[in-house]
Amino acid sequence: MQTKRTIFGNKGLPYLLLAPQLVITAIFFLWPAGQAVRQSFLREDAFGLSTTFVGLRNYRALFDNPEYLDALQVTVVFSIATVVLSLSIALVLALAVDRMLRSAGTYTTLLIWPYAVAPAVAGILWWFIFNPAIGILPFVLEQTMGYDWNHNLNGRDAMILVIIAAVWKQISYNFLFFLAGLQSIPTSLREAAAIDGAGPFKRFWTITLPLLSPTTFFLLVVNVVFTLFDTFAIIDATTGGGPAQATNILVYKVYDDGFVGLNLGSSAAQSVILMMIVMVLTFIQFRYVERKVTY
Amino acid sequence: MVENQRWLDIFAHVILILGVATVAFPVYVAVIASTHTPAAFMSGTIPLLPSTHAPASYGDVLAGGVAAQMSVPISLMLFNSMVMALLIATGKIVISIISAFAIVYFRFPFRVLAFWIIFITLMLPVEVRIVPTFAVIADLGMLNSYAGLTVPLMASATATFLFRQVFLTIPDEMMEAARIDGAGPMKFFRDILLPLSQTNIAALFVILFIYGWNQYLWPLLITTDSGYYTIVAGIKRMADVVDSEPLWNYIMAVTVLAMLPPVAVVIFMQRLFVKGLVDSEK
Repeated sequence: MQTKRTIFGNKGLPYLLLAPQLVITAIFFLWPAGQAVRQSFLREDAFGLSTTFVGLRNYRALFDNPEYLDALQVTVVFSIATVVLSLSIALVLALAVDRMLRSAGTYTTLLIWPYAVAPAVAGILWWFIFNPAIGILPFVLEQTMGYDWNHNLNGRDAMILVIIAAVWKQISYNFLFFLAGLQSIPTSLREAAAIDGAGPFKRFWTITLPLLSPTTFFLLVVNVVFTLFDTFAIIDATTGGGPAQATNILVYKVYDDGFVGLNLGSSAAQSVILMMIVMVLTFIQFRYVERKVTY
Repeated sequence: MVENQRWLDIFAHVILILGVATVAFPVYVAVIASTHTPAAFMSGTIPLLPSTHAPASYGDVLAGGVAAQMSVPISLMLFNSMVMALLIATGKIVISIISAFAIVYFRFPFRVLAFWIIFITLMLPVEVRIVPTFAVIADLGMLNSYAGLTVPLMASATATFLFRQVFLTIPDEMMEAARIDGAGPMKFFRDILLPLSQTNIAALFVILFIYGWNQYLWPLLITTDSGYYTIVAGIKRMADVVDSEPLWNYIMAVTVLAMLPPVAVVIFMQRLFVKGLVDSEK
């Protein structure tokens, strides 16, 4: 690992400097994670009086449980929809801002501020707009298409609601990185293509999009992480996983089974599965960053 | 711009105006709603034009006691959120900058191990291991305290990596010169490293302030005493009961207050914010 040519010779000082970080990591990160792994192999009775070692049974029970498989499916649908929508909308906006000369700064400011809005707050805002009784959009849907919107009863409506809230929250982030990516593409390339007779759309498909692929890939990973974990607050502040588990994503289920259902063994097994997913994603992200640094 | 195509420019403007409007729409609705009386939400649809009830809405929620679920004054929640955001941002930066200093400027046994332990925190987001983490806090008696709200969130791999990168770009000659002049490690840290990483610290502070302010699950779980409620977690507790009694103007006033500080930070410190965001993702 990289270090300086010359270093300080102190023996105890570096440990002292690292101590706060390592102590917090050990107590609040490693120990609970270890507990989750341990509990995932145990079964606790309803009163928490005795625990028995059950091996992989908690895991096997999960994959035999239709509710868990449902949550898995809900998570996949939610993630894919949110990632695809937020990336494509952000890309279109970034392409448009990239064309602007004088107004680029103003548009950027007006588009990035939702980054600062908490996911829970974003959820509440859309929850209000879509309120089945007095909300604006259900009213419009009713008037124009005769559609009776109700996210409290209809699972698909609830899913659309949380997707919209998540996409709204994430556009600003993706937009900023796409814009930075676009601005790092040398204009000369696009000019050369234009001289050769390529129109704006041809230039987008053959030059801009391929050169943007590192940014896109990076955003893909970050957004998947966002939809898997940070959207907890959106779900909890709006649908609470309902109606009938229609928006019960994996990370919400860990919480729900652990705190509400008090099924610690199952919740711990779910935690461990999620940790493994994060590990894979982090690994992919760092492989990619490594490559970016070298070229 | 590569070539002048008028229709494409107009098209781009239309898209952007639509985008800006869509992005602003929910907040517009919230602000408008907060200017009405509760009666406006009894029937019909949400009002789209402002009314005059704003001072009353905001005054009432800030003072507290509007309804049973809003007994806690929002001003107290705002204060708690501010304390939490500032403590988390400051704590993360202090802890990370000294760890990075240790890792870059010293060579000692278990250095690489320490680096990897810090790295692992990236893979353990709090939502994923929430149940056992809550148990640790409960065992340590840290429920309902500012320490419980902030300390467990202070470890930061991202910030440590960021400062490590910054330190690695600082020329070795700086340190050699400092040593020849007789500076010890802490003097070098204070008089050379800190001033050189000023902008990075500021940029990171902006991002971490937003991060701390927007925490949701953590404060929701570990504060049961209303004296420690934070505003982002508090909204949910109010909104839960709102459908039975339409106090939407109050809820939306609280929502606007919850957004205001972090959004103001992004708008007024945009340059630092963008730098912080890009830096912390490398």
